[in-house]
Amino acid sequence: MTIEINNLHKKFGKNQVLKGVDLTIDEGRIYAILGPNGSGKTTLIKSILGMVIPNKGQISVLEEPIKKGWKYRKKIDYLPQIANFPPNIKVKELIHMIKDLRNSPSEEEELIKLFGLEPFLKKKLSTLSGGTKQKVNIVLTFMFDSPLIILDEPTTGLDPKALIRLKELIQKEKAQGKTILITSHIMQFVEETADEIVYLLEGEIYFKGSIAKLLEQTEQTNFEHAIAAITTGSHA
Amino acid sequence: MLKILKYSFYDLIRSRWSYVYFLFYLALGFVLLFLNNDVSKAVITLMNVIIVLVPLIGTIFGVMYYYNSREFTELLLAQPIKRSSIFLGQYFGVSGSLTLSLVLGLGIPFVLYGLLRSNAIFDFTLLLVTGAFLTFIFVGLSFVIAISNENKIKGFGYAVLLWLFLAVVYDGLFLMSLIMFEEYPLDTFSLVATALNPIDLSRILILLKLDISALLGYTGAIFKKFFGTDLGFVISLTILLLWTILPILGLQYKAKRKDF
Repeated sequence: MTIEINNLHKKFGKNQVLKGVDLTIDEGRIYAILGPNGSGKTTLIKSILGMVIPNKGQISVLEEPIKKGWKYRKKIDYLPQIANFPPNIKVKELIHMIKDLRNSPSEEEELIKLFGLEPFLKKKLSTLSGGTKQKVNIVLTFMFDSPLIILDEPTTGLDPKALIRLKELIQKEKAQGKTILITSHIMQFVEETADEIVYLLEGEIYFKGSIAKLLEQTEQTNFEHAIAAITTGSHA
Repeated sequence: MLKILKYSFYDLIRSRWSYVYFLFYLALGFVLLFLNNDVSKAVITLMNVIIVLVPLIGTIFGVMYYYNSREFTELLLAQPIKRSSIFLGQYFGVSGSLTLSLVLGLGIPFVLYGLLRSNAIFDFTLLLVTGAFLTFIFVGLSFVIAISNENKIKGFGYAVLLWLFLAVVYDGLFLMSLIMFEEYPLDTFSLVATALNPIDLSRILILLKLDISALLGYTGAIFKKFFGTDLGFVISLTILLLWTILPILGLQYKAKRKDF
């Protein structure tokens, strides 16, 4: 298994965000982490990355406990939710910098072409539009060859063309046997890409399984309605 | 850590503020030398400016840089880099570039004026060394304050208050306590109280090397007896070093526990 999470708790002040999450992520599949706003999706992802330090519980990535470690992040490509980049540097410089910092082989040329970013390479990041920033974000994430990919709201601000490219990219990575974690509020996107759904509610895992299993449990025929129905308790 | 340091350093070197800071010292150096017409006297005037200004600039730059580079920091946190390396790299980047501005900005006019041939070279070097220490100390303190406060305004406020306390209020309290307890022997107290404040310590250290301590009267004699000796000098530098190391340790401690 790629990621194993045991009894994960996290509190921000008085706000208990994660209340004992147990989760196993298997290799080579696409997982969608869903849940209403504030259900702890980003906190869960950031805990896996070591950006948020859990109060209790263990996380292992690729059979290695992550506590106090940092080298394991070499095996993760992460796309942050909001593309917050240093404003004063150029796209080209940013790509170069991340390559230099990671020190691993990368293939950014192809991705830059794929998303049509050539005209923006010499522009400063502060001058880019939200969608273009997200494309840069995607290039930075996919240019490395890591076994685990984590995408936090990857579709934000993308135009339909870029969205199609992104889906193709995700399928290509999956075909190479990589494990992919996605959070998204676009149900159509999730339905098309994900093999398995993890539904978080108020800091706990409420549902885990395939889309077919979800439809069966909620007695719905439409995925979007099934997700909406999941919390009403009608399936319990 | 060195890569982060490199990027922070270049980032700052390219920024407008580093030039402003550098040009300010350059202008200050030339003006003081022109007005005083004497290297030793210029060093004394310079000391008064440096002792107050360097900590202030270090504090403000430190807080500003920390808050402005939040995005950069978050980007780095997801990369395979050790947490403490990220923050220490940024810290040394800021302190290093500020120190470089200080040393070059003041060094150039003094060297051009003939510092290397005058006998004030040791005093001038000491001035730059304490200036560098004060930069590292106050950038460190401001980083610790900034990392402990999510709220920019609060962080900025606390940092400026700390500077105000150490640069101004501390001296006031010190003087008041000397007056209130004037009937008691205060030698040890004043020595300790001076050593505990990096700004006061730097001031005394430079003043005593400048041989104008005779003007300080009886207290000056005591200070001279302690700080003027080689042992006192070493102790003072050690205390300055401690003042530098403590914020760095604090920064590491905070960085390990913070959520992003």
